[in-house]
Amino acid sequence: MSAGKGTELLPSERISIRAGSAWARLPWIGAGVGAAALAASLLLGTSDPKQFAFSWLVAFLFFLSLALGAIYFVLILYAMQGGWGIVVRRLAENMMATVPLFAILFIPVLLTMRSLYPWLDVAAVAKDHVLLGKEPYLNRSFFLVRAGIYFLCWSLVALAYARASRRQDATGDLAISARLRRFAGPSIVALGITQTFASIDWIMSLDPHWYSTIFGVYWFAGSLVSFFALLTLAVVVLQRTGLLRNVVGPEHYHDLGKLLFAFTVFWAYIGFSQYFLIWYGNIPEETIFFRERLTGSWQGASFLLAAGHFVIPFFFFMPRTIKRRPAALAVGSVWLLLMNFLDLYWLVMPSLHPGGVHVTLLDLTTLAAVGGAFVGSAAWLMRRAPLVPVRDPRLSESLSFENA
Amino acid sequence: MPLLRPSLPEGSPYFGALAEFATPADLYRACTRVRDAGYTRWDAHSPFPVHGLDGAMGLRRSKLPWIILVMGLGGAATGFLLQTWVHSFAYPLTISGKPHFAWPAYVPITFELGVLGGAFGAVFGMLGLNKLPMHHHPLFEDERFARVTDDGFFISVESWDPRFDAEATVRLLKGLGAVRVDLVENT
Repeated sequence: MSAGKGTELLPSERISIRAGSAWARLPWIGAGVGAAALAASLLLGTSDPKQFAFSWLVAFLFFLSLALGAIYFVLILYAMQGGWGIVVRRLAENMMATVPLFAILFIPVLLTMRSLYPWLDVAAVAKDHVLLGKEPYLNRSFFLVRAGIYFLCWSLVALAYARASRRQDATGDLAISARLRRFAGPSIVALGITQTFASIDWIMSLDPHWYSTIFGVYWFAGSLVSFFALLTLAVVVLQRTGLLRNVVGPEHYHDLGKLLFAFTVFWAYIGFSQYFLIWYGNIPEETIFFRERLTGSWQGASFLLAAGHFVIPFFFFMPRTIKRRPAALAVGSVWLLLMNFLDLYWLVMPSLHPGGVHVTLLDLTTLAAVGGAFVGSAAWLMRRAPLVPVRDPRLSESLSFENA
Repeated sequence: MPLLRPSLPEGSPYFGALAEFATPADLYRACTRVRDAGYTRWDAHSPFPVHGLDGAMGLRRSKLPWIILVMGLGGAATGFLLQTWVHSFAYPLTISGKPHFAWPAYVPITFELGVLGGAFGAVFGMLGLNKLPMHHHPLFEDERFARVTDDGFFISVESWDPRFDAEATVRLLKGLGAVRVDLVENT
C-alpha cells in the first residue's frame, strides 16, 4: 500500500469542486442567505427580543451539534485506525473546521443572555436559596470563561486535525497519521467533558432549578445522529452531481446507515433513561421538566419526538436494502435532521412558551441565518482541498472496503 | 440420527466429488465456474474466510436476520405482556404511587428480553441453518480433507445434484485447476 496510490485511483474531476459549478457558488449562496436571514431576524427581533434570543439559541445549538459530531467522527476514525471511513473523512473535516465560526455565532447568545438565563438576575438569585447555592458555578463571569474554554478547546482540536490532514495531502507523511492517532484519545475525552459542561451551561441552565446527570450524553447522542445524517446527505447529493463516483459505494453507505441506526438507538436509550429515572424518582424539582413538556401542545411534540426520532427510524433503517440505497438513506437523513431540530427546540423552547408550542417566523429566519453561515463556510472549505484525503495511508483500504 | 449426521439420500454409491485447490484465488475462480455450470448442491471449504466467496458461489442472503427479528420482537412482546399481566391483572399492587399499568417500568425488562430473544435467534438459528451439531460427514473419510483446517482449499459437489455425473463433474473440476479430484464414498 504505497502512500501515493490513492491519487492514481482518483481522477481529480471526481474529487474536487470545479470552478463555476453549483458547489463552487455554494459559499456565496450560504453567505447571501445567511446575511438576508440575519437582517430579517434582527428586524423581527427588535419587536420580540426574547423570542429572538431563544430562536437563535436553538439554531445555534442545531448547527453546532453538526460541527461537534464531525469532530467526534474524525477523532474516532483516527483513534480506532478506522479504514472504511477515510473516503468520507474530508467532508467531516470541512464540517468540523467551521467550529471557530460558532464563537462568533455565539455573540447574539451573549448579547441576549439576560433573556435566556434566569440565574443572571442577581436580585432573583438572592431570594432563591437553590440558585444561591448554585451561584459559584452559575454566574456571569465563570459562564463566560467556560464558554471561552469550550470554543478554544473545540477550535484547537478541529483546526489541528483539519490542517494536518490537508498537509498530508501534499507530503504523504505517514508520521502525521501516527501523531494524530496519538492525540485522538485525549481529544475525545476533552471534547466529551467540554460538550457535557456546555450542555449544562447553555441548555440545562435555562431552567436553573432543574438538573439531569445524563443531560450531556443526551446532547452528544443527538449530535452524532444529526452529524451522520448530514454526512450521508452530503455524500448522496455530491454523488448526484457526479462527484465521489466510484469513490463512495454501497459498502460505505451501508456503514453510514449502520451508524445512523446505532446512534438513533443510542439516543433513544439515553433519552428514555433520563425520562425513566425522573418518572420513577418522582421528585418535583426533576419532574417539572417533563411536566412542562407534557402539557398543552408540547405533549404532541414529545410524542412526535419519541416516534420520529426513534420508533420510525428504528424500523426504517433496520433492513440492509435501505442502508445500501442512497435515495432511501437521503430521505431518512433529512427526516433525522428535522427530528434533531425538533429535539433541540423541545429542549429549549418550553422555557419561553411553557403553555404550548408557539412557532414564529424567527425560528425559521434564525435557522437560515446560522445555517447559511455553517453551510457556506463548510462549502468554502470544500473548494480548497480535494474531497478525500488523497494520500492518507488507509485510503486504498477504504476504497476497496467491503462489509464482511 | 438426523441431528448428528447429514440426512443424505440413500442409494448413491458416492457422496460426491471432492476437488482440492492450491490457493484461495484458484478456489475463488473455480467457484464462479461451478456456479455458472448450474450446480446447486455443492460447497466450498477453506481454512479461513475468503472475501467475496459467497458471491462467487452465488449464495443467496441468509435467512438468519428474519429469524433474529422475529425472535427479538417475540422476546420483547413476551417481556412486556408478562409484566402487564403480572402488574395490571394477576397481582395489581400499588408500588410507589404508580398506576397499575406503569409501562415505563416495563421497558428495561422488555428491552432485555428483546435482546435475549434476538441473541438466541442468532445463535440457535445459525446452528439450525448450518445443521449443527453434526458429528459425522462423509467428507471426513477423505484423508486430504483434514487439511481444510490448515492449508487446503476444497470444492465438494454432492452426487444428488441434478447435474452431477461422476465422470463429467470430475472432468469439470480437473479443468478448473484442481490439484486433485477424488470421488468420496457415501458413508
